[in-house]
Formats: sequence, structure tokens, C-alpha cells
Amino acid sequence: MARTRAPERTLLPSDEPLSLLRKDGSPVDDSPLAMPDDDVLVELYRRMVVGRRFDTQATSLTKQGRLAVYPSSRGQEACEVGSVLALRPTDWLFPTYRDSVALVTRGVDPAETLTLLQGGWHLGYDPYEHRVGPQCTPLATNTLHAVGFAHAARLKGEDTAALVFVGDGATSEGDTHEALNFAGVWKAPVVFLVQNNGYAISVPMSKQNAAPSLAHKGIGYGVPSVLVDGNDVAAVYAVVREAVLSGGPTLIEALTYRIEAHTNADDATRYRTSDEVAAWLDRDPVDRLETYLTSRGLLDNARRAAITAEAEEFAASVRSKMNVDVEPSPDDLFEHVYASMPRHLREQATALREELA
Amino acid sequence: MSAVSMAGALNRALADSLADDPSVLVFGEDVGALGGVFRVTDGLAARFGEQRVFDTPLAESGIVGTAIGMAMNGLRPVVEMQFDAFAYPAFEQITSHLAKLRNRTRGRVSLPVVIRVPYGGGIGGVEHHCDSSEAYYTHTPGLRVVTPGTPDDAYRLLRDSIASPDPVIFLEPKRRYWAKGSLSTSGDPIGFDRALVRRAGRDVTLIAYGPMVVTALETAEAAAEEGWDVEVVDLRSLSPFDDETVCASVRRTGRAVVVHEASGFGGYGAEVVARVTERCFHHLHAPVLRVTGFDIPYPPPKLEEHHLPSVDRILDAIARLQWDDEVVGSYGA
Repeated sequence: MARTRAPERTLLPSDEPLSLLRKDGSPVDDSPLAMPDDDVLVELYRRMVVGRRFDTQATSLTKQGRLAVYPSSRGQEACEVGSVLALRPTDWLFPTYRDSVALVTRGVDPAETLTLLQGGWHLGYDPYEHRVGPQCTPLATNTLHAVGFAHAARLKGEDTAALVFVGDGATSEGDTHEALNFAGVWKAPVVFLVQNNGYAISVPMSKQNAAPSLAHKGIGYGVPSVLVDGNDVAAVYAVVREAVLSGGPTLIEALTYRIEAHTNADDATRYRTSDEVAAWLDRDPVDRLETYLTSRGLLDNARRAAITAEAEEFAASVRSKMNVDVEPSPDDLFEHVYASMPRHLREQATALREELA
Repeated sequence: MSAVSMAGALNRALADSLADDPSVLVFGEDVGALGGVFRVTDGLAARFGEQRVFDTPLAESGIVGTAIGMAMNGLRPVVEMQFDAFAYPAFEQITSHLAKLRNRTRGRVSLPVVIRVPYGGGIGGVEHHCDSSEAYYTHTPGLRVVTPGTPDDAYRLLRDSIASPDPVIFLEPKRRYWAKGSLSTSGDPIGFDRALVRRAGRDVTLIAYGPMVVTALETAEAAAEEGWDVEVVDLRSLSPFDDETVCASVRRTGRAVVVHEASGFGGYGAEVVARVTERCFHHLHAPVLRVTGFDIPYPPPKLEEHHLPSVDRILDAIARLQWDDEVVGSYGA
């Protein structure tokens, strides 16, 4: 049975981003958030380390010509991993093109995750197998799919929440606003996670938004809103978990930063300074949790080495899977345009086969 | 068999689909208590409840985008766009997602969504209420685009569209909403991807669809007085295009005129002419002609009669098809 929204939830986000861990890894004493359990924290760390290694491997594959393009999420691991691990198995994820780390965290095979970027086909995985919608390239359009999906779950009596990712730039698109409004009116169990990494390709936040924060945009739609430190994986996990369990809509703005450029085709030095990047490297989400776990005695050298080895092994498996030439069949062009192939497509498929014979 | 308006036939099709299949939903702007601005959804909310027939916020992209998500989750949404030009804010959801998701996911995601679009002019509507937008949708692979010309077809096509596993753009000729005709809810299925010969004739094929089917039949009657035996083909399905039925007719008659309300340039009629020419070239006694709306934004109500194809304009086109006989003599029959 669907839960109702807790009465104490407010529309107004906090002035400062909610956090559990300071940038030096020390805990915040008076946080309103509950610190995740120790085993969850270690798991968050493990998945972030593996995710980061996957991300750097994918970037390398681009340089080797194995991927047409790769939008790195390096620096955003706390958002990618913290939010996905906060989902229940029955919940759904609606990701964007930048969220490959979230996909592998959800259990999607890395080769299937990268199919889109490899150019083999538009999507490699079965959405229903992993409860992950197709990675979305047009901005913000997936927010409406998430709202519709969650509302359908409600109509069918299923306790399923939908987590949808958007970037800061996508909050300027009309679909974000229509989706927030529909979610507010329908009280749909949707979590909008805005990964605010500071730039929409090269356009900074100052040219994107005039509100005190992106989280403030939920107020007008009656959607409870949260501002969270997006480089604090414990905090991201805690707020997403609470939002998922609330049974209603939530808008979460996670303040983070992408360390790499928008994609390998972008030159980030044209629009941001090395000082700025250095300041954000100092707030690294993986280092921060590692410091905390070490201070708590939850992570020792042996465990750290084991996780590093697992990450290397994961990267090696990605390499071996991607170092295979993909040769999709030209017949595939005509499949799945309609549930059954209409005559004109059968004719075109035959013509192409004859041309290639 | 009973006489019913097209709006009534559509209402019956929605009601029967809602009754037959609990996964069918009807939603959009004003479709609940009001029953739609054209009353096509009249009484459905009262009969089937607010969980299944409901009003949404006024946002077309939101309506189609959420319908996509609901269809992904196993429901069969039937949404109303209220007026043709009001569907344009939903264009990205329709072309980038609704049309492509089956293909992108290699058949894993099926989107049985029907988008009902009251389209076309002839009702004295103000701007943005009279567009014929079929060419935008038929140019998009992955969509089925259908339009009924009679109440009976309105019922059958909408039932088939709701049952279809593919997304359907269902174009309702709003000037024909109130015209009555017979309705048979039983009988053999025609298939919603088939054209129909509405009237048999030997001399020329009039190819029409939606609001122009009635005009084409009227033209055929008038042409008979001038000695032309006109065959009328109602396309019904604009995409996929039933070239078997159309080309069989043109091969019999050797002459064809395509009629639609939408502007001619880059319009749907150009596609029909191209196909007929490619596939029936050696059977043609004259070029295939088009009678369409002018290449202008839809005009204000007091000028629309000049824009819309009329019986006289179609008769003039038929008369021009004699050109070939004068030059090279008579072919065929």
C-alpha cells in the first residue's frame, strides 16, 4: 500500500545544503539527516570506487575510438551512487546520458550501458529487467515519463517510486516544469534529482537560474524541496531514501561538480578556471567518505586494497567487452519500428539486402 | 445498425474500449465533467470513474509525456489534444519518444498510446483551431496515423487504434463531428491499415481522407451528371499507406486526383502522387493532380471557404484530366 506524505515535510529548502559529512570527512553534528548504517556506508564507498574506475575506463575507450562519445560523471559519484542505492528493488530509475555510473550501480551490464555511446544501437539493456528507463538525450523529457510511470503504479496499487535525473540546464526546459506540476497535482511518487554540476555545457548557473536555488523551483508546484550537498554521498542517500519512502513527489537539488569537460568534444578551459576545478577536487566525494570510514575503523588497508582490486577487475572486464568490434546487422534497421513490419518496410529491407548481396 | 453522429460513434468506441479493457485510460483537458469541448468524452467520467477518465493540468507535452510513462507501466492511455494546433507543444514527446521508443529499445518497450486530435477547418474556428497537421505525423516513422471519414469508420478505427500495440495519431475531422451516418458495432473487421473504395467508378479515382471523404462523394455525384464515372477511395490509414488498394483503383481508372484540406506544398498529397506515379506509371492517362488548401496559414473564418477544397474545384481538376485524351487519344476503356 502506498504511503502518504509525512506531514512535517515542508516545501521550502534549507538555506544551506543538507550534509552529513564535511569536506574534510568529519561528521556534521547537528544534521537533520540520519547517518546511513555502517554497512550501507561501506557499500556506498565500494560502489563509488568501482563507478569512478568505470568512468575513467569509459573515457579511455573514447580516446581509443571505441566509444563515439562519453559524458563523464567524474566528481558526481555521490549523486549517481547515493541515489541509486537508496532505491528499493521495485523502484524505477529514469536516467540521462550522463548517468552511466548510476546504471552500472543499478546492476546493468557495463557493455549494455555503453551500447548507446558505442554506436551499436540506441539502447543495450532491457528496461524491465533492471527497472531502468532508457537513457534520455533530449533534456527533461524523461521527467514526464517518470511522472506517468509513477502515477500508473499508483493507479495499479503498486508501491513503486520513480527517480528521475536531470541536470541544472534541464531545469530550464518546459518539461521539467510540466512534470513538477503534474507530480504536485497527482501527488505522484516521483523523486526529481537535479545534479547541479554548475554548467549546462558551458553556460554557468548565473545565466541559467534567478531563483535562490534550483530546489526553490519546487515551491510553486507544491512539491517538497530539498537542497543537499551533492558531494556527500551519505547525505544524498539519506534524502533520496526519505523522498522515496514519502510516497509523494520531491525535488532534490544536489550541489556537485563535473571534474571533466561536458564530453570529450568539449574544451572546459574556455569557460572555467583551474582554481575552480581545484576547489572542487578538494571536496571530492570518494576521498571524503574514505576519510570518514577510516576514522571510524570501517575501512582498513586490506579492505581498501580489495575494493581497489575489484574496481580494476571491473575496468578490465569493461575493456575486454568493449574491445570487440560491433557489427549490427543492416536488417536491424527495419525491426521494431512497428510491432509487426509493414509492407513498405519489408520492401525496403529486401531492397537493401539485394544492394548488399 | 443505427444512425449516429461521428462524435457519438467516437464516444461509443471509447466507452466500449473502457468497458472491455481495464488498462484503458482516457485523459486530457476538459475531458472529465465537461465531456470534452466537442463532447466526445461525454458521460465517460461518470460511468468509469475519475481513476480512468480524468482532467489533467493544461499542458500538452505533459499529457503526452505522462501517457508515455503510463504506457511503459502497462496502461493504454487515450489522450485528447483538444485542437490540432494545440498539439504542437507535445511535438517533441511525440516524435522523439512516442514514435521511437519501441525501436530504441529493440521492441522491449511497447507504447500503446492513442492521441486523439480534432483537426481541420470548416467550423468557423479562429486561428490555431483549424490546422491540418497530418504531414508532420506521417513524416515520423513509428507512428500510425489514421483518420475516419464516416461515423462507422470513426467507431471501427478508434477501437482498432486503442487495441493497437503501436502509438496512433487519431485525427478526427471536426467539421464532420455532427454529421450522422449508420453505425455497425459488429461485423467483420476491416483492419485499420486498409483503404476503402467508398464508391466504385470507371473513369477517375478521387483519393481523399478524413473531412474530404464526404466532399469527394458529393463531387462524384456531381461528376456523374457531367458524364464522369468517379471512384472514391478513402485512405483511412495515412501511415502506413495502403498502396495496394489505391494503386489497384488507379490502374482500373487510369486517372487520379488527390484531395486534402492541408496546404499542398510538402503536403501528404505529394506523397500519394509520388507513390501512384511510381507504381502505376504505365497505367496513367494523365498526370496525377492534387486539390489542396492554399500554401497559407489557415485563414480567418470569413475567408476559409476560399481555402478549403470545394466540389467545384475538384470537378475542375477532373475536367483537366481530359487533357491527355485530347493530345494522344483515348487509352483503355
